[in-house]
Amino acid sequence: MELDVVELSRLQFALTAMYHFLFVPLTLGLSILVAIMETVYVMTDRPIWRQMTKFWGTLFGINFVLGVATGITMEFQFGMNWSYYSHYVGDVFGAPLAIEGLMAFFLEATFVGLFFFGWDKLSKTAHCVVAWLVAIGSNFSALWILIANGWMQNPVGAEFNPDTMRMEMTSFFEVMFNEVAQSKFVHTVSAGYVTASVFVLGVSAWYLLKGRHIELAKRSITVAASFGLASALSVVVLGDESGYETSHNQKMKLAAIEAMWETHEAPAAFTLIGFPDQEARETHYAIEIPWVMGLIGTRSLTTEIPGIADLVAEAEDRIRSGIIAYDALMTIRAERDATPPDVRATFEEHSDDLGYAMLLKRYVDDPRDADDALIETTSWDTVPTVWPLFWAFRIMVVLGFSFIAVMAYFFYRSSFKGQTYPRWALRAAVWIIPAPWIAAEMGWIVAEFGRQPWTVDGVLPTALSASNLSVTDLLLTLAGFITFYTILFIVEMGLMLKYIRKGPYQDVDVTDQWTTRHENRLRGPVGTPAE
Amino acid sequence: MILYELFSYDFLRVVWWLLLGVLLIGFALTDGFDMGVGALLPFVGQTDTERRVVINTVGPVWEGNQVWFILGGGAIFAAWPPLYAVSFSGFYLAMFLILAALILRPVGFKYRSKRDSAAWRSGWDWALFVGGAVPALVFGVAVGNVLQGVPFELTPDLYPLYPGSAFGKLFGLLNPFALLCGLVSLSMLLTHGAAWLSIKTEGFVQTRAQNIGGITGVATIVLYAVAGLWLAFGIDGYALVTEAAPDGPSNPLYTEVTRGVSWMAAYADRPWIAIAPVLGFLGMAMAVRAIRSGGEVSALLWSKLGIFGAISSVGLTMFPFILPSSLSPDSSLTVWDSSSSHQTLFVMLVATVIFLPLILAYTAWVYRVLWGKVTEDDVAGNSETLY
Repeated sequence: MELDVVELSRLQFALTAMYHFLFVPLTLGLSILVAIMETVYVMTDRPIWRQMTKFWGTLFGINFVLGVATGITMEFQFGMNWSYYSHYVGDVFGAPLAIEGLMAFFLEATFVGLFFFGWDKLSKTAHCVVAWLVAIGSNFSALWILIANGWMQNPVGAEFNPDTMRMEMTSFFEVMFNEVAQSKFVHTVSAGYVTASVFVLGVSAWYLLKGRHIELAKRSITVAASFGLASALSVVVLGDESGYETSHNQKMKLAAIEAMWETHEAPAAFTLIGFPDQEARETHYAIEIPWVMGLIGTRSLTTEIPGIADLVAEAEDRIRSGIIAYDALMTIRAERDATPPDVRATFEEHSDDLGYAMLLKRYVDDPRDADDALIETTSWDTVPTVWPLFWAFRIMVVLGFSFIAVMAYFFYRSSFKGQTYPRWALRAAVWIIPAPWIAAEMGWIVAEFGRQPWTVDGVLPTALSASNLSVTDLLLTLAGFITFYTILFIVEMGLMLKYIRKGPYQDVDVTDQWTTRHENRLRGPVGTPAE
Repeated sequence: MILYELFSYDFLRVVWWLLLGVLLIGFALTDGFDMGVGALLPFVGQTDTERRVVINTVGPVWEGNQVWFILGGGAIFAAWPPLYAVSFSGFYLAMFLILAALILRPVGFKYRSKRDSAAWRSGWDWALFVGGAVPALVFGVAVGNVLQGVPFELTPDLYPLYPGSAFGKLFGLLNPFALLCGLVSLSMLLTHGAAWLSIKTEGFVQTRAQNIGGITGVATIVLYAVAGLWLAFGIDGYALVTEAAPDGPSNPLYTEVTRGVSWMAAYADRPWIAIAPVLGFLGMAMAVRAIRSGGEVSALLWSKLGIFGAISSVGLTMFPFILPSSLSPDSSLTVWDSSSSHQTLFVMLVATVIFLPLILAYTAWVYRVLWGKVTEDDVAGNSETLY
């Protein structure tokens, strides 16, 4: 692969986004778990829950800060590395990003300081409200980011304006309620909840193995397993699947995930495992399960799922239609004040395919110069590289199902076996701590690598989106980010481990006060003392 | 009925130009003192406890303050896409420096006091210094370059081009006038940080902050005056040749622009804008006076007024230009030709009208809850919850 500015910009985006996404899922889930714990504290007044809130809150804080810091990079990278993209779709894509700042990020960032510094300055209830505001802010933040991302996958509610040479919003409502965005949101936040649950479960299991902080660990496992079970079910059941019907690229992504080179008769088989071969356009050693793909992909036994070859043929037609649009656009631009009405009409008719003609710009300056052979080759550019998608998807799904099993098991032990856990299960819980991160990164690859060759599906090819920069620019910043992020990662992991080893901050005073206050009840016949 | 036509396109453009100013000023007023405090940290705090006091004066609020910057980026992207596209990629390595500094800062605040090692802490102290001083300087350098025009060019497809090598472009930004503007903004934010510290601290730290603030305040006034004179007599301004269409399509290439007139011509056309530099001088002079006489809240308020005046003066002087191009003046971005579409500006205005008052309200509440000085006893007795 030649390392030109576009490829380096992609590499940089992938690295910084995937790095940012190491911190985001934990923030999404842990903010809610901490708020739940604090709510229990406010309702029961038992100091152990305050201790839990503070302990998990500290770990939340260490993680949150890197999420914020690396998020700054994301907000600025579009303009820095993808300036034509920013110009071309900023009218639509910028709005959800800005609203994210207004509605969500301000909320979480303003109150997160108060969460850590406000313990002595706020009443219990007020502090709990602050914890929930942080959690709500974080989750709303994810909503708006995914509305922006959903638009890249399925660009609804916008059209091209020849006067300004860019996409402009026609319906904010459609952008906001884009079905791809909505399903992505549910899927992504659920994945975040699973991540935090696995994290809390694993750390607590480690304490139980070490025989430390038993009360805190047992309660934490109960919270994590209940919340985690619900989330793990949601992440699988409400997966991204519902969005794959909506656009050409989404269909292409689905076909690539399945390495379905040809259209099969409905209901299609699911390729459990195999080795996709891009050159030969077939999958070697495929093990197939009949019917399953059709059921997952279409929720029906009769709807066909188009294969890659058919989608490529469709893309070829759209390239030809796009060339007509491009030709009309050039006339409109040349005769801005007196465009013949029929040229405008031709443009309107074909403007949805303009992006397909722009795919040719990688090879020719003027798409109208492309010959049939070039159009055919270019139509195959619409197929993303299949094998990474094929494998990333399978790893993600296997991990997704394993989380359901783990959470269900711990939920069962916690609810029906008196919070006792065999040591092998505790050890397993410690070992799977990294798994949700792997699943989340795989999910990112499926969603964003699968979007190629487009930055915005059918609208703007990746090859045209980058800034006018030199390879030196990119290499410098890339080296800077890699060095910088590696150091921060080591520092972050070091602190995380230090604070996990150190364990909860002992609220001895409060615990004593509480025990004295409730002495009678603790000695009473009703239940056994919890503290 | 089409809802967004409730407001005319040119009206929305002016509103968004004002909001751009509101966001930049909001950022300078809030995160500005965080940056100032970061840059002052190694000098006003001599012992570890003193430094922890200094850090904890901004500890609970810097995260919220920084959102002004993030939101500024997001709002430029949404309301002025060509500005976002051209400036962020044109100032590429400078933007990277700001990013690196701003990433260092949150991490520094959060992680510094989590280990006892002296080397660890002093390392993060310098990181916080860089995280405060570098952006404060670079923002001013950027303003200095915008006033001179930036060497970019738009193709007919509106693809922004910036000729030159990576380092050539970076060092091109560091020209004398731009560096002077950088010093203005650095000294202004140092003064602002000192004013904040004199409210939030006591004893030696407060005295040191007031001493430094008195000096940087005077420096700000002098540097701002020199920059103004230089701008009037040494820098070519830009002017529209063809009459702008305030409700026309956002295509910068549709208007013709010339270079050579003085920016100060704006003060002849619209004499009332002189109020901005006047407020700038007044605010800073009064801030110096307040800092020297031990006024705490008054120093911060005057300093805010000074920053407000100084930043507004740049915007008002340049209007309607937002980002002139020195390489191809016709590519220059103005208020009339580089905004989002009518509908997007409207949608964004609705969102802003709903959320900005809410933001201001809860931010004010948070500041009120956290009101009061941070003392050495506070940080000594609270090593678990404070930074």
